[in-house]
Amino acid sequence: MADEFILSIFRGDADGGQEVEYRVPRVEGMVVLDAVHHVQAHEAQDLAVRWNCKAAHCGSCSAEINGVPKLMCKTRLDEYEGQTVHIQPMKTFPIIKDLVTDVSWNYEVAKKIPAFHPTVAAPFRMQQWDVDRIQEFHHCIECFLCQDVCHVLRDHQEKSQYYGPRFMVKMAEFEMHPMDRADRIPQIKNEGGIGLCNVTKCCTSVCPQHIHITDNAIIPLKERVADRYYDPIRNFFRKLGGKGDESQPE
Amino acid sequence: MNIETMETHAFDVLVLGSGGAGLRAAVEAASEGGVSVAIVGKSLLGKAHTVMAEGGAAASIGNVDAPDSWQTHFYDTMKSGHYINNYRTVEVFAKEAPARVLELEQWGAVFDRTPEGRIMQRAFGGHSFRRLAHIGDRTGMELLRTLQYKAISMDIKVFQEVTITRLLMDGSRVAGAMGYYRADGHFILLKAKAIVLATGGWGKVYKVTSNSWESTGDGAAMAYRIGADLKDMEMVQFHPTGMVWPPGVAGLLVTEGVRGEGGLLYNSEKERFMKRYDPERQELSTRDVVARSIFKEVQAGRGTPHGGAWLDISHKKADFIKQKLPGMYEQILTLGDIDITKQPFEVAPTCHYQMGGVQAHAETCATTVPGLFAAGEVACGLHGANRLGGNSLADILVFGRRAGIAARDYATSLKKAPEIDDTQVEAEVARILEPFNRPDGENPYAIHQELQEAMSTHAAIVRSEDDLKVGLNKILSLKERAKRMGIKGGRVYNPGWHAVFDVENMLLLSELIVRGALERKESRGGHWRSDYPDELPEMGKWNFVHQYSEDGDRITRVPVPEMPPELAEICARPVAPGREKVAGSSQVPPRKE
Ligand SMILES: Cc1cc2nc3c(=O)[nH]c(=O)nc-3n(C[C@H](O)[C@H](O)[C@H](O)COP(=O)(O)OP(=O)(O)OC[C@H]3O[C@@H](n4cnc5c(N)ncnc54)[C@H](O)[C@@H]3O)c2cc1C
Ligand code: SF4
Ligand code: SF4
Ligand code: FES
Repeated sequence: MADEFILSIFRGDADGGQEVEYRVPRVEGMVVLDAVHHVQAHEAQDLAVRWNCKAAHCGSCSAEINGVPKLMCKTRLDEYEGQTVHIQPMKTFPIIKDLVTDVSWNYEVAKKIPAFHPTVAAPFRMQQWDVDRIQEFHHCIECFLCQDVCHVLRDHQEKSQYYGPRFMVKMAEFEMHPMDRADRIPQIKNEGGIGLCNVTKCCTSVCPQHIHITDNAIIPLKERVADRYYDPIRNFFRKLGGKGDESQPE
Repeated sequence: MNIETMETHAFDVLVLGSGGAGLRAAVEAASEGGVSVAIVGKSLLGKAHTVMAEGGAAASIGNVDAPDSWQTHFYDTMKSGHYINNYRTVEVFAKEAPARVLELEQWGAVFDRTPEGRIMQRAFGGHSFRRLAHIGDRTGMELLRTLQYKAISMDIKVFQEVTITRLLMDGSRVAGAMGYYRADGHFILLKAKAIVLATGGWGKVYKVTSNSWESTGDGAAMAYRIGADLKDMEMVQFHPTGMVWPPGVAGLLVTEGVRGEGGLLYNSEKERFMKRYDPERQELSTRDVVARSIFKEVQAGRGTPHGGAWLDISHKKADFIKQKLPGMYEQILTLGDIDITKQPFEVAPTCHYQMGGVQAHAETCATTVPGLFAAGEVACGLHGANRLGGNSLADILVFGRRAGIAARDYATSLKKAPEIDDTQVEAEVARILEPFNRPDGENPYAIHQELQEAMSTHAAIVRSEDDLKVGLNKILSLKERAKRMGIKGGRVYNPGWHAVFDVENMLLLSELIVRGALERKESRGGHWRSDYPDELPEMGKWNFVHQYSEDGDRITRVPVPEMPPELAEICARPVAPGREKVAGSSQVPPRKE
């Protein structure tokens, strides 16, 4: 076991940059963010990194570690024993500096999502099994790692056409809430662009909160869209009975 | 810097801080329309410290234990605060907390449910009934996310990653704030008729802490510099159960929910030592008591290998633990290599919360500076000498809302918008840019580290006159060195530069903590003096108020407000209201083991 870790951290901004190597003394159980902080405190005060909680709660410290989108505060360095650890900023968003990217596009999308819309007043009567399904979506820490990895946004830069997995999760959270009465299906299909997702499940594989983004949020939403637009009989009943029943889990 | 070209905005109500308190204030201030509202945070939206809260929000809804009432919540909160709380603040709080929690459901929060389909409530230390509305072990995130999406659906201007460095004045009243964008370092001037301060606490002054990086006390320090009174600064809460091992995660919180759901504490001799310190409440005693007990066990040589106690919940079913405490299960597994469903793990006290802060009016949250209101952890009055778990999330809702209302009313009542003279702005611009003149100056990270060492060694869970004096001298000499802090690099996202101002604020507040601790010659709640080990009735009559003056901090004793008879009567009862029938039974509240 070496007594230090070797980090190769991207240093640069919109005008370009390159990885710079740093050596950090080993401390038992240390995570990547600890090592980045060590570099900051001792060698490069101006090394830019976003973080808040160092407890995997806030979703600030997203980066690409040896090419994989991860939270720096949840990634142990001893996973990379004997390797150089390459730390790069998320690629899907414009870089500001070093490990910090401009994620403001996500906040613009968030603003387009219509608020939760109940028609009865709280307190609600809902059983735990009524809410189990949506509580999963509430685990999202808005780290945007799923947005980072989604090829629609990353490779094709179709940010104007698809809200991305994070916001499909948000849509699903409201859409499947037993008390929500807003009609979200047209937006999910049209501006939301759910059709662009071809269910590669890359988003699910990087989610640090283990949300089944594709299976539990996107696919059921796709089904609702299909029912609405391509299944006239269901559509007829939906108009009679309000939204809801077509989506109960099997 | 030409002030003419500085980015400038004007609002009726400006909220500083986008944690739970700030968001709740902004939502309220904007709720009636006709008032322009902005909110500023030094992180991205939705990342504030509040996101870390785990266990729950305390409100006497009585869904699980029907006899709960505001009176019982009042009784518990005053008792836990050792009666130096502002009783009126506590009364308002206990009465309004249920409505504030229920209203979150209206905005999309989804709490865990009871078998009847109502909001579930769990047991927590010092609460006479099961009272904490929760969502697994991520209640703060739910609260913050709900308020975040509520706020962005309203007409509220949001500034993200903007650090405010100074409050600006028009004579004796507040008139705005200025600071810079972290992303590129450009300045911003925000004029306002009324300001809500919701900038959170300053747990980062200690080395072992559960707090996020934001908790550097900027708001309290800025308010103090413009003349706002600060109170009870010596009252710092150490949470009994922080992670201990491995060192990389030392201080990271283990929610009290683990004990609330049945977790037990043992020393190295496998003894449930809490039986000796608080036979009635044991593991669910208040935090000051449990933290001190763990500390004493370690001192007596009965600590765990890395200097803590064992916390064990493995006697519960694995499925139950994973459902009730999913975040804890995963946190301790991935970061500590321990499966809590199978074995005990080490815990030790960690700095957690600041009971002291900016003195705020019980009903309006007004500070002593006209136009400035304070809510949330930055404010002082509710918690006294020790905060009950779950009371902070309820606090930020109740007083966030009240501060929003009061700021809105104040702003609309002003006939003329306050004015800001250029000299204040020019002076601040010069101050902010100064560290760039000293590329080889003192390293702010090094000063911060030394400050944390000093505070952790001399002013932490146990204190004494001699130790505090040593600590004070260290802080004062660090303050001198801090005048020469310098940085390399440019203004684009430069954390070293940002750290300079955080460190200045922390140095100031650390000094006030130590001065307050020297003044309070007794032990009470979170403040434990080894040279004055007893709680003294005479001392319980006073709060200590800190005021800024040219020649340093001025401390005055002000009497703790006296309760009216009907509230005093509640506090005088031998058992908590509603618990009379169960009194005499050993466990409060009833627990399955
Ligand atoms: C791990 C953990 C678990 C907890 N669990 C519980 C619990 O279960 N129940 C409970 O009741 N309490 C709990 N607490 C306590 C509770 O979370 C906090 O006290 C509470 O969230 C504070 O909220 P706030 O809105 O006052 O401040 P914060 O959430 O701290 O927000 C402060 C805001 O101010 C901004 N700010 C600060 N300085 C500046 C500046 N200079 N310029 C611009 N913006 C600035 C920050 O960016 C942030 O947006 C817990 C705390 C921790 C650390
Ligand atoms: S499953 Fe859909 S949303 Fe997820 S990464 Fe693939 S294309 Fe993107
Ligand atoms: S869904 Fe998962 S990966 Fe995507 S933002 Fe939320 S927590 Fe991050
Ligand atoms: S710092 Fe909060 S998720 Fe990593």
